[in-house]
Amino acid sequence: MTIDMAQFHQVFFDESFEGLDIMESGLLEMDPGSADPEQINSIFRAAHSIKGGSGTFGFTNIADFTHVMETLLDEMRDGRRQVTAEAVNVLLASVDVLREMLTATSEDAEVDPERVKAQKAELDRILAGGAAAVEVAEPDSTEEACASSEQTGWHIVFRPHSHMMRTGNDPLRLIRELGSLGELSVEVDLESLLPLSEYEPEDSYLSWDLHLKGDISKEQIDDIFDWVEDDCDLSIAPICPAQKAPAAAPETASEPAPKTEIKAAPAPDERREGGDRRTSDRRGSVKKPATGGGTSSIRVDITKIDVLINMVGELVITQSMLSMMGEEFDISQIERLREGLAQLERHTREMQESVMQIRMLPISFTFSRFPRLVHDLSTKMGKQIELKMTGETTEVDKTVIEKIGDPLVHLVRNSLDHGIEMPEERVAAGKPEQGTVELNAYHRGGNIIIEIKDDGKGLNRDLLLEKAIERGLVPSDAILSDQQIYELIFAAGFSTAETVSDVSGRGVGMDVVRRNINELGGSIEIHSEMGVGSSFIIRLPLTLAILDGQTVSIGSETYIVPLVSIIESIQVKENMVNMLAGKGETFKLREEYLPIVRLHEILGVNDAKAKELNEGLLVVVEGEGRRCGLFVDDLLGQQQVVIKSLEANYRKISGLSGATILGDGSVALILDIPGLIRMAGNASSAFSKDVRKSA
Amino acid sequence: MAELQAAELNNLQSEGFSDEQNAQYLTFELADEDYGVDILRVQEIRGWDVVTRVPNTPSYVKGVLNLRGAIVPIFDLRERFDLSSQEYTKDTVVIVLRVNGDTGMRIMGIIVDAVSDVLNANSSGLVNAPDFGGRVATEFIASLISAGDKMVMLLDVDKLLGQDQQSEQEQAAAN
Repeated sequence: MTIDMAQFHQVFFDESFEGLDIMESGLLEMDPGSADPEQINSIFRAAHSIKGGSGTFGFTNIADFTHVMETLLDEMRDGRRQVTAEAVNVLLASVDVLREMLTATSEDAEVDPERVKAQKAELDRILAGGAAAVEVAEPDSTEEACASSEQTGWHIVFRPHSHMMRTGNDPLRLIRELGSLGELSVEVDLESLLPLSEYEPEDSYLSWDLHLKGDISKEQIDDIFDWVEDDCDLSIAPICPAQKAPAAAPETASEPAPKTEIKAAPAPDERREGGDRRTSDRRGSVKKPATGGGTSSIRVDITKIDVLINMVGELVITQSMLSMMGEEFDISQIERLREGLAQLERHTREMQESVMQIRMLPISFTFSRFPRLVHDLSTKMGKQIELKMTGETTEVDKTVIEKIGDPLVHLVRNSLDHGIEMPEERVAAGKPEQGTVELNAYHRGGNIIIEIKDDGKGLNRDLLLEKAIERGLVPSDAILSDQQIYELIFAAGFSTAETVSDVSGRGVGMDVVRRNINELGGSIEIHSEMGVGSSFIIRLPLTLAILDGQTVSIGSETYIVPLVSIIESIQVKENMVNMLAGKGETFKLREEYLPIVRLHEILGVNDAKAKELNEGLLVVVEGEGRRCGLFVDDLLGQQQVVIKSLEANYRKISGLSGATILGDGSVALILDIPGLIRMAGNASSAFSKDVRKSA
Repeated sequence: MAELQAAELNNLQSEGFSDEQNAQYLTFELADEDYGVDILRVQEIRGWDVVTRVPNTPSYVKGVLNLRGAIVPIFDLRERFDLSSQEYTKDTVVIVLRVNGDTGMRIMGIIVDAVSDVLNANSSGLVNAPDFGGRVATEFIASLISAGDKMVMLLDVDKLLGQDQQSEQEQAAAN
């Protein structure tokens, strides 16, 4: 029977990308010269599992490439190689190449073989270069030396860690497999065997001394131990005629049945001596640290599920109570019925909350890419920048995590490029040479706040205004508040950078940043002080699945306006309304003139009750920094609505951001305020007429 | 054994039993004409119910319906085919279909006058629709089949409903 391996590919890719992240963050934290062996080990393990996985799935190019990385890392963790800044950089670049290869493979695309080759050559160069610098004996060289003379076999010392059998690996099977390679003699070491009373049947207490004779390559043996090398102490050394194996194997049967073999008990000292002389337990010399891997997008904390299951249980109880009551209902039970319904409501709400919890992931998923970004960019730009991150554990909806990444990268890049000055400039300004960029995430009142703060030069108010006037974005005699001026950087095509670098300055982006954030139902604001620094504050809703909405009625139809975009609702009097060029209706709200958008026109509602402005209400809304008054018949009420996508079964419709199901089971559409304002801007009446014509 | 399973799997995956001897079609009436759709694409049949109108969509899109939590668009097939429109009666039904689009499976509903029958059809009995040039749009008609003395037009569900989606997307892009 053949198993379709393709079904596991996604898991492999997920895990591999996770592994790459671990490698990357590990490499970034690594101090050249004094690397923490635990850290190298975790990087190594990540590389190792990618190699193993890609080999299993037949992605040989990935396996080959990772193998070289692994070799380098292996030497580093054994202390045979110094951890140099150069090596770390090459490894980081290799992580990038590996990421590209994995992405390409997952998309069935081709990766540039030249690039892979070049990076591999770079790794090889490091491998070839530094090895001699460390004086620790190269085990490989002894192996080589021996192999050139007549090598008769291998001496393997195999000491499984006590938990090995729990990982699903049976030592007996491994030994049997070794036996299939050549003539095998086995000695068992019973030294650590506990008395029967303390014996834990699932633990492994035995270790073995194996002599394998025959013409066998080391790779063949490595292959057998591939799965267990992290779960055992293993040393593999060649047996040369010159240095006879430490203990001549007793004449016990080569048949591998170690568990029943009691008599053979070789001197443990001798065995260790044998090990020391060679690789000295190289695989096991570093303790296995607790795996600090993050959760992947598909994994859910078991406690969250448990909470959910408990809640479902309660829900079922309440439901059965209610249905029992329903069977023989008597009006005297009305109190109990009310109680039951209240309970049902509470359980439903709690359950809704905990289901939402499942979608929540820590923002560190997004933040984790920034150390690398700052590291790379600051080196490139010759600036000294420290990145401080707080609140990485703040939980955010998965969709937010996926969509906020790019805008954040853009903002951080901007801070690095435009915000933080060159070191000499900073010193001249009396600031520390090293600039600081802070990333901060926290909850506040149903919102997630993400702050990007730098202590750079801040936004130049006058320069911004000058540029804006130059580009005709604002009239030359405009008097704008600081906040309004800062808003200008969100205008499309606006850039104050004197030179366009590959980091930023093209003026593409801030408008996209704002749009992305708005799409998530959030907002962004800027605080800045010349010479002190600037901060960008992003406010996002806790979840995208639920929205606080205001239901409004237009004729017989009901629509939902997101509460976040509503500023106020007013009743207009005729004297407040002015016509602009005979067409555009505007009304005066305090000191501002705002356009009126007649929703019944733009949405094509035929039976609107209010046709005259004084018959209905104006809902003043704001989207993408623009305000307008939406003309509706009436306000109905506020409620939380679950957002359903229209695109899932149909398509995106301009002016609508989704739909929801009301209490009576009918569907109500949710208005997309920025989209509506845009539509109204594009000569609203013409647009809706067009649509009606085409219909 | 393995072969048998593979064959079964194929059946499930293929767009119905088009290669099989006996394909089944759900037939329905529309302005005295008989149409059919592959029965494996039919998710359910339900009575006409009031839908929520969606603004700025073609008039044959009657609106969206709450189908056990999913928002499902409902198309009036008479209007889609430029047939005379008719008041909805108690016979008017909505056939909920599974449509394969570019972005995966979608659920959409079509409003028809009445559901008639399930037709067992032999693949050899299928004929292509004659070419009327530009006068009659036959692009949604996969093939014709005769059932008794009637001719049934078998609709290509993906073309009929998938195309609508695409053309709208293009329209949106053009805007």
